[in-house]
Amino acid sequence: MKQLMSGNEAIARGAWEAGVLFAAGYPGTPSTEVLEALSSYSEVDAQWSTNEKVAFDECIGAALGGARSMVTMKHVGLNVAADPFMVFPYAGTNAGFVALVADDPGMYSSQNEQDSRYFAKIAKVPLLEPSDAREAHQMVKEAFELSERFETPVMFRTTTRLAHTRGTIEAGERTEAARKPFSRRISQYAIPVYAKFRRPELEDKLDRLRQLAEEFTGNGIEEGTGDIGIVSHGIPYQYVREAMPDATVFKLGMIYPLPKQRLKQFCARFDKVFVVEESEGFIEQEMATFGISNVIGKDRFTNIGELTPDLVAQGLTGSAIPADFGAAATILPRPPVLCPGCSHRGILGALKELGVLVTGDIGCYTLGCLPPYESMHTTFCMGASIGNATGFNKAGEDRVVGLIGDSTFLHSGIPSLLSAVYNQVPTTTVLLDNGTTGMTGHQQHPGTGSTLKNRPAPAVKYEDLIRSLGVEHISVVDPWDPESTVTAIKSGLDHPGPAVIIAKRTCRLLPEEKAKETIPYQVEELNCIQCEDCMETGCPALVWEGETPHIREWECAGCAMCAHLCPVDAICQVEVSADAGH
Amino acid sequence: MPVTNVLLAGVGGQGVVLASELLALAAIAAGHDAKQGEFHGVAQRGGSVFSHVRFGDRVFSPTTRQGEVHFLLALEKLEALRYAHFVRAGGDILVNDHEIEPIRTMDERPYPKDAVAFLKNNGFAVKVLKATELAVELGNHRAANAVMLGALAEQLEIPGAVWVNVLNSRIPERLLELNRKAFEIGRKKGH
Repeated sequence: MKQLMSGNEAIARGAWEAGVLFAAGYPGTPSTEVLEALSSYSEVDAQWSTNEKVAFDECIGAALGGARSMVTMKHVGLNVAADPFMVFPYAGTNAGFVALVADDPGMYSSQNEQDSRYFAKIAKVPLLEPSDAREAHQMVKEAFELSERFETPVMFRTTTRLAHTRGTIEAGERTEAARKPFSRRISQYAIPVYAKFRRPELEDKLDRLRQLAEEFTGNGIEEGTGDIGIVSHGIPYQYVREAMPDATVFKLGMIYPLPKQRLKQFCARFDKVFVVEESEGFIEQEMATFGISNVIGKDRFTNIGELTPDLVAQGLTGSAIPADFGAAATILPRPPVLCPGCSHRGILGALKELGVLVTGDIGCYTLGCLPPYESMHTTFCMGASIGNATGFNKAGEDRVVGLIGDSTFLHSGIPSLLSAVYNQVPTTTVLLDNGTTGMTGHQQHPGTGSTLKNRPAPAVKYEDLIRSLGVEHISVVDPWDPESTVTAIKSGLDHPGPAVIIAKRTCRLLPEEKAKETIPYQVEELNCIQCEDCMETGCPALVWEGETPHIREWECAGCAMCAHLCPVDAICQVEVSADAGH
Repeated sequence: MPVTNVLLAGVGGQGVVLASELLALAAIAAGHDAKQGEFHGVAQRGGSVFSHVRFGDRVFSPTTRQGEVHFLLALEKLEALRYAHFVRAGGDILVNDHEIEPIRTMDERPYPKDAVAFLKNNGFAVKVLKATELAVELGNHRAANAVMLGALAEQLEIPGAVWVNVLNSRIPERLLELNRKAFEIGRKKGH
């Protein structure tokens, strides 16, 4: 039966059909839904791990132990997991091992635009990339076969557009893969000791994979008309088909290693060959090493941002791209904002009031870099905040706060805090405990008390954990109480050693929070002096109408952040009539 | 059948993605190949969201080239302006008569009050619906997306029974009646 599935759901379906038994990962847009979809299949033991490296290590163990395994992450997650990713190929796998890595060209929800295809080349592992959900569904099954046949981890790369586009799928049935017993060949699996012996084997395997690439069915020439040839893959292939439906296209499904002989033969047929790929010129560069010189690639197709059907058509045919109506009409931007009732608002407001330097981290609170708060001054990558704050301390900046969310703290913040304690640096950390992984869409983590499969789990007790690391100054505040929050952060900064302030308030978008009865606030227009101080919350429930601000009642979460800012107490709770509450 | 290109746009929280998923499901159920892909930023709420739906015999690109969209379904007026350049010359724009003020942190200009007139002056076939108002009358402003989808359905050659099945299978039980009613009102208004 035909079904509509996103690329991510199709990958999960294909992995399930391939008999995957264990899957682990860490949430990261645009990869998150693969593991979420896998968790819905009862045969798959799927879990959120604390970070991508941990997930990768777990999947190595599971695959060596004989269970087909899949690890999922976004591109920057692969940076975290790069250590095992680079070393595991020296040993090779036992049962099928597929690493799903989702890139984010255009940085819709990412801090950089790295092209992860280069990782496959460094690690010397095969890289497959589908061009739509239908293909993804089939290709992931081939990835598991390939992995077992060559005893190699396989990298399965997607991009945001593939991951989040729904398409039609013909779903199949599951084939159970037999568990492959592990044999304790220390000389194969104990890498640091035996790496020198394994190194030539890795090169032999890569040669065999190069041979395979020549016959891999996912690499195929679609004959057409005209005197130009096109080499493409993934989502850009779809744009090529849109722009030039009749052109001759060499479509690649295996991106590393590439089919050298076939590409050489293909390019020899044409005066010029376009290589259409997103992000960097990876294929183009590989082809250059094959001695192919009649290629046009990144000169025509930018390596910045996401490609579009318009950009590809422009590169191929020179067609113009229509401009939007922004020159003639007022098209106001909609900058990203924190939700009404967001627990981060109280902290960002307190930090702004204190005027301290803030090193930030990855999460919804990263929006604190933007107006109206602009109270976060640096952000780089997962877990960086505390280490960055420690470094600023070392450079002589003593009023600095590292701001980090709960999931991020558990992902990679703990070692940085321990380093601050160990080296006795008076780093001040504000831990935003909103009880979820908010930005990626509310995933469970070790602090939430439940697992990906919604089973109860022990919830991390942050105070105990942090105390055990050696932090002596710990306080817990409610970020909806601005005065106590400011006092607590001040006190942490004044403390001569490492200090942690835990800001505890559940994410407003979680179902249990939404279900709570809230008494909204309203602006009493007669008292309002139009000072606009309340607008400094950047709350979407608060809009300027005519001469005064107005609170959209159905959006108001009752957090009172705007009321706290009002100098004349013109923002008050809506009066609830005596019957209303019953 | 040649590919029909639809673009749905609105503000995060308005249900753009769900409406576009329903359309793609209906297209598949009616026997077409279909692709649907949404674009959104980092924020859970309040950002600009748009979603392409394409259906026909064989769909390649998940997104439509600018100037080739047949129908733009805008759940908010500013969002209609933002994506109008995707619509082909003289193409259809269905607009919800609803304004959501953006947060004023980057651009102080007033909200454009003349969006509909502007689009008409640029040659588009604009139809304005009071979808949010109608949804509020039904008891929930969030059903505006179903009203708009109903109005669009009236323009497409997808059988009514298909829509009924799609709504029944995709909308949770507790919201089904609301959405069915909203969809039907949309169909009547879109006629």
